[in-house]
Amino acid sequence: MTVTPDVEPEDVIEDGQALGVDPVLRQPDPEGGQLDRLPRRDAVLRMSEVQAAEQEFAPLADENDQTMLVNMGPSHPSTHGVLRLMLEMDGETVRRSKPVIGYLHTGMEKTGESLTFMQGSTNVTRMDYAAPLFNELVFSLATEKLLDVEIPERATWIRMLMCEMNRIASHLLFMATNGMDLGAVSMMIYGWREREQVLRFLEKVTGLRMNHNYIRPGGVAADLPDGWRDDVLQLLEMLPPRLEEYDVLMTGQPIWRERLQGVGTLSPDEALALSITGPVLRSTGIARDIRKDEPYLAYDQVDFDVLVGTYGDSYDCYAIRLNEIRESIRIVHQILDQMPKGDYRVQDTKVTPPPRARIDESMEALIHHFKIFTEGFKVPEGEVYVAVESPRGELGCYLVSDGSPTPYRMHIRAPSLVNLQSLPHKMADGLVADAVASISSVDPIMGEVDR
Amino acid sequence: MTDTVDTEVAEAPAAVEIEKRYGHPVTYSRGQQVIHVPREQWRAAAEELFEDNWTMLVDITAVDFLNFKPARSLPDGITPERFEVVASFVRFDNGARLRMRAQVPADDPRIDSLYAQYPGCDYQERETYDMFGIEFDGHPDLSRILMPEEWVGHPLRKDFAQGVIPVQFKAPQEGSNR
Repeated sequence: MTVTPDVEPEDVIEDGQALGVDPVLRQPDPEGGQLDRLPRRDAVLRMSEVQAAEQEFAPLADENDQTMLVNMGPSHPSTHGVLRLMLEMDGETVRRSKPVIGYLHTGMEKTGESLTFMQGSTNVTRMDYAAPLFNELVFSLATEKLLDVEIPERATWIRMLMCEMNRIASHLLFMATNGMDLGAVSMMIYGWREREQVLRFLEKVTGLRMNHNYIRPGGVAADLPDGWRDDVLQLLEMLPPRLEEYDVLMTGQPIWRERLQGVGTLSPDEALALSITGPVLRSTGIARDIRKDEPYLAYDQVDFDVLVGTYGDSYDCYAIRLNEIRESIRIVHQILDQMPKGDYRVQDTKVTPPPRARIDESMEALIHHFKIFTEGFKVPEGEVYVAVESPRGELGCYLVSDGSPTPYRMHIRAPSLVNLQSLPHKMADGLVADAVASISSVDPIMGEVDR
Repeated sequence: MTDTVDTEVAEAPAAVEIEKRYGHPVTYSRGQQVIHVPREQWRAAAEELFEDNWTMLVDITAVDFLNFKPARSLPDGITPERFEVVASFVRFDNGARLRMRAQVPADDPRIDSLYAQYPGCDYQERETYDMFGIEFDGHPDLSRILMPEEWVGHPLRKDFAQGVIPVQFKAPQEGSNR
């Protein structure tokens, strides 16, 4: 093992200077709080990939205390896709780490600049592929805010229904992968099984299991099909006993608890400083839910609870998501009771194409239909930022319009990307086996991280 | 649909109050508060917001106004430049949101990093650097995050063409059976 000659070992650990940290960047907390360890443990091993690749071993802190750089991923079954982690290992213990991303980058924000507002939702839906309806929702809400149109009440409630069903599906997927990552393989099968039922409902409504392009600027693509109420009721009846089964299988089970409790903890201060949102933020005890704090759609008309944890560990992340499924079921019951009648999309001829039947009888309708699909509709100049609560946290859309039918700039604030910043903090000074639990509890979707 | 003008300097008491408190012009975009900060005071303004209990920096990104057709509507005293860096803040006590925008010229694309106050901007500043080539002074690890490290150019700039970059895979070896 060799030490890089130009690195003074003490410097490396004392203030990280040798690895490029500006020591004045963040003064230590006068109170001696937890935040002063942020820069040292923060999202970066302060080395570029190239430097790290050249280095056979990480700089030594002490002759007897030798660490090693280990690469995990990008093709690793428990990294949920193509996430790569550079881990600085001290025996079995992870010291510092750096997530390396970009393997799934497809330039969707650039693509969004060449698609019209009308086509945009089919682009964004491919970002977070476990919760596609939320991407469509946030894009549509932002476009509608720019257009200044009010969508019909029924469209709002259909959107809420579909989003809550999607939240259930997404959290069930989390249950499955979380179980799989930690060795509860039967949970994997159970999670997929239940999710499939929910996806079947989504497919019946939208025509696709994922990447729906169902929520569009101006409303939704189609009205709910006949018999939707029975399908939803059937799901709502099927799910609660299954969730009880999960409780028996995992929640109360000593092995599961020992595996998760106290693993990958995050303090509320760290979470706020790192801009963490969603279940991971709530697991630290901060009751932040955009549905409650800044109600969009009609979330102010339904009754639900925001669930918070206490310790910010992987177990809290798990328990919050499990119980958020129950809260979503509660919301869907209320949606069933309150679903209004009416239009499923706005009757503004500038935004909405004419109905199919009109095209057969009216030349104007045909021209209008043609124009709206070839050119799209013009959106007045301006810029907006709209945020919704996706299953992973605050999903935001920043749109800039120059008055043409295509967005001048379309930016998605991806919760998975930002939440990934918590990984080095969750994993620090834990075992490498627990790192898997931390990754799993953040639940990153790489399609959204890289976009 | 209304032909809303992007920026009207609002008379609402909240805007006046924010303007007085931070000393920067405040405009409203579709009802959302926007504060326009000179580039030199970017970090100082963030510090002030931090002191003022703006809980979280949720989003930081940029816009390239290279071929933006309509006239840019900015408040008096702000000169439009090619790039604009946009940061969104939220506070948890009353759910208020505030957007901070700064103009960054094309010949010197750099601005202060907000890492000292809001370490959560780490990845998104790297992403903005990667996509627009705007350098964030004081960021601890300003490197490409989404594109390969050896990539030339910044894809989200408007003069970076779409679809003319060959996919970077190696051609199959001569004589290989693929």
